[in-house]
Amino acid sequence: MIEKVDQIFVILGHWLVSFLPSTLQPAAMVLLGVIAIIATFPALFALTVLLERKGLGRMQNRYGPNRVGPYGLFQPIADGLKSLTKEDIVPLSADAVVHFLAPVLLVVVVFMGYAVLPIGRNMTLVNMDAGLLFFFAIGASSELSVFMAGWSSRNKYSLLGAMRAVAQMISYEVPLLMSSVAVVMMTGSLSLGKIVDAQNQYTHGLPHWYIFTPWGFAGFILFAIAATAETNRSPFDLPEGESELVAGYFTEYSGFKFALFFLGEYVGMMGISGLGTTLFLGGYSAPFEVLGFVPSWIWFFSKIMLSMCVFIWVRGTLPRLRQDQLMNFAWKFVLPLTLLNVMVAGLWRFMGDGWLRWAVCSAILLLAYVTMARLGMRKEHFGPRSYRYAE
Amino acid sequence: MLGEGILKGLGETARNFAGSFVSAERLTTVQYPEERIAPIEATRDFPFLVYDGTDWEAGMRCVACQICEKECPPKCIYIVKSTDKKPDALGKPQIYPARFDIDISVCMSCQICVEVCPFEAIKMDTEFELSTADRFGGLLYDKKELSKSNEHFHKIHPTEAAEVDARLAEEKVKADAKAKAAATAAAAKAAAAPVAAKPASPPASSVVPAPEGEKKG
Amino acid sequence: MSVVFYLIAGLSVAGALAAVLLKNTVHCALAVTVAFAGLALMFLELDAQFAGFAQILIYIGAVAILVVFAILLTRGSDTPTDTVFSKKPIVGLVTAAGIFAIFGWAILHSAQFLPHQTATPSVTVMDIGNALMGRYVLPLEIVALLLTAALIGAVIVAMHEKAGAK
Repeated sequence: MIEKVDQIFVILGHWLVSFLPSTLQPAAMVLLGVIAIIATFPALFALTVLLERKGLGRMQNRYGPNRVGPYGLFQPIADGLKSLTKEDIVPLSADAVVHFLAPVLLVVVVFMGYAVLPIGRNMTLVNMDAGLLFFFAIGASSELSVFMAGWSSRNKYSLLGAMRAVAQMISYEVPLLMSSVAVVMMTGSLSLGKIVDAQNQYTHGLPHWYIFTPWGFAGFILFAIAATAETNRSPFDLPEGESELVAGYFTEYSGFKFALFFLGEYVGMMGISGLGTTLFLGGYSAPFEVLGFVPSWIWFFSKIMLSMCVFIWVRGTLPRLRQDQLMNFAWKFVLPLTLLNVMVAGLWRFMGDGWLRWAVCSAILLLAYVTMARLGMRKEHFGPRSYRYAE
Repeated sequence: MLGEGILKGLGETARNFAGSFVSAERLTTVQYPEERIAPIEATRDFPFLVYDGTDWEAGMRCVACQICEKECPPKCIYIVKSTDKKPDALGKPQIYPARFDIDISVCMSCQICVEVCPFEAIKMDTEFELSTADRFGGLLYDKKELSKSNEHFHKIHPTEAAEVDARLAEEKVKADAKAKAAATAAAAKAAAAPVAAKPASPPASSVVPAPEGEKKG
Repeated sequence: MSVVFYLIAGLSVAGALAAVLLKNTVHCALAVTVAFAGLALMFLELDAQFAGFAQILIYIGAVAILVVFAILLTRGSDTPTDTVFSKKPIVGLVTAAGIFAIFGWAILHSAQFLPHQTATPSVTVMDIGNALMGRYVLPLEIVALLLTAALIGAVIVAMHEKAGAK
């Protein structure tokens, strides 16, 4: 019975597909999965937007929106209707084709990332051997859409925002990959299904999630920082900060295209938190063995929504980082720590099981953290300002 | 240590979040159309004309001196003097405004009209929910709409109204005392005048109109 | 030679043609990105997952961005006023024909194109990893050294510019 509830979507899928001839069945199964993803994640996006506005409001000592439905629950519907009915303004000198394609590319790319995430037991859409690499490759393509949006607007401020955004995304791409390399090393496979299987074991009722190891904890924190920067989310939201550059690279977008950018950003956030839960938080496995009766996909979605809540919490707390502070942080602090994390993960593997490896690995990581904090984040001493006048 | 500030900050926002459900001091929003904050006494929004007594036309303190019209920075006051006179609160015939219009869409609530009025006739009201759908005159208030009673003035600005009333009463007492003194002096002079009027007739022509005027005042 | 192969080939060729025929340089850069994507799809169709995803990650995720930045930061973003075709097409045609001939000869004579090659060896990522760390470790280290030198050179050039501005 428990198994049935756990596999309910798989069973449903098989039943629906059984009406078709057997040659079409694999394609139909994949198509059903695609439809399910396209239906579920925008609904979660609406929920996240509502949660963000209400949550940020409460953190800032105010109500969030509370007029539209009971407790403001229908606010996403109002927002959706508003963005659908707003006039779609394309600047006269903008490059119409590229201007149109940029949000399309972004949405396509972020939805493709969900194809490899194991949403539940046997519920991965495409079970690839190099699934992790697929996710990162697809994520790297989203930078191109940011650039296209900024350049096609023929607005030098949009372009500036786009270049800042692309620089930020490229800088944080490397720590993102390196922090997941440690996980790949320990599992021995790039397949996300195998990574979740490796974490799905329990000793004394406690799970083998990677976050509960020193290198996994450090890796998770570094992954979270890099993921926040990848999705242009506060405190790294200089490219789209409203008080900085109006709206950065999507200044010239209005109406539904703006809504598509918004959708793309949040769906990308959920995708990358899905990846983070798969790599570090055990994917669809339950936290305690006794709770194994709860379906696996419920665990996955609750972990994703928990990550969303943490994103919202961090957004409500931290001020925005300036561009040079952001880049310094990436190259001088996060990247060396990720490299060290990879080495510590190797050390963990080759030391025997026991308390010694916990002590040594934790000590190395803590020492590195404190040292890098003092060295890499020193205040720069600005010399006397020099001016360069136009001749 | 690096990260300490971030963790403290996260704790603070979490405390805000949790506290906003339980304690009122962490959630100070007033849900506007359903609840309102009571305005303080010194609130000022748009002017109104004060009248004493119950009849707004007879008791209006404004004498159309047009000082407020001249001093108003955006020139939102428009006054037309009357041609006849009516007795004011003290009984003396005064001209009154035939038209007194204030365009409150122009008024900037600077209170200069209140400060310069010598007759305490125009004061600031506290009503601000005055939006109207009529674009072409809905916000142009005429004499009748602007007149509000002295009781209303007491209700919205009690200390200021009490002070104004005290000052006006004091002035009235002084004016009465002056009139009485003038009346007794005139009576004394009138008693002495017929004795001195016969040898000095030319000065009588300048003396005679004055006692009559003071008797009426 | 399945339908999928022809579709992917058509996409790559269309992208490449657009990259040389379009007037606006940034459009050309985006078209060459489409050609890169076509190549990646080709790799995936041949079941070389690692090569396909690495192609997307590196070419589309980094090289295309680099090309676009280079166009932006120099004056290539101005639309050229005259035609994209050169005045003397014969030189270009001869060069292109020569390169095509060399590639054709190399492919036709390569081992993979032999008709009785039935089983394609399945190469997993683990095999690639083992090969890189075992047999090909020297080229890997040389490439790493080259990349480090390029990175340091870029930093020095940027720093000199900053010092030159002062």
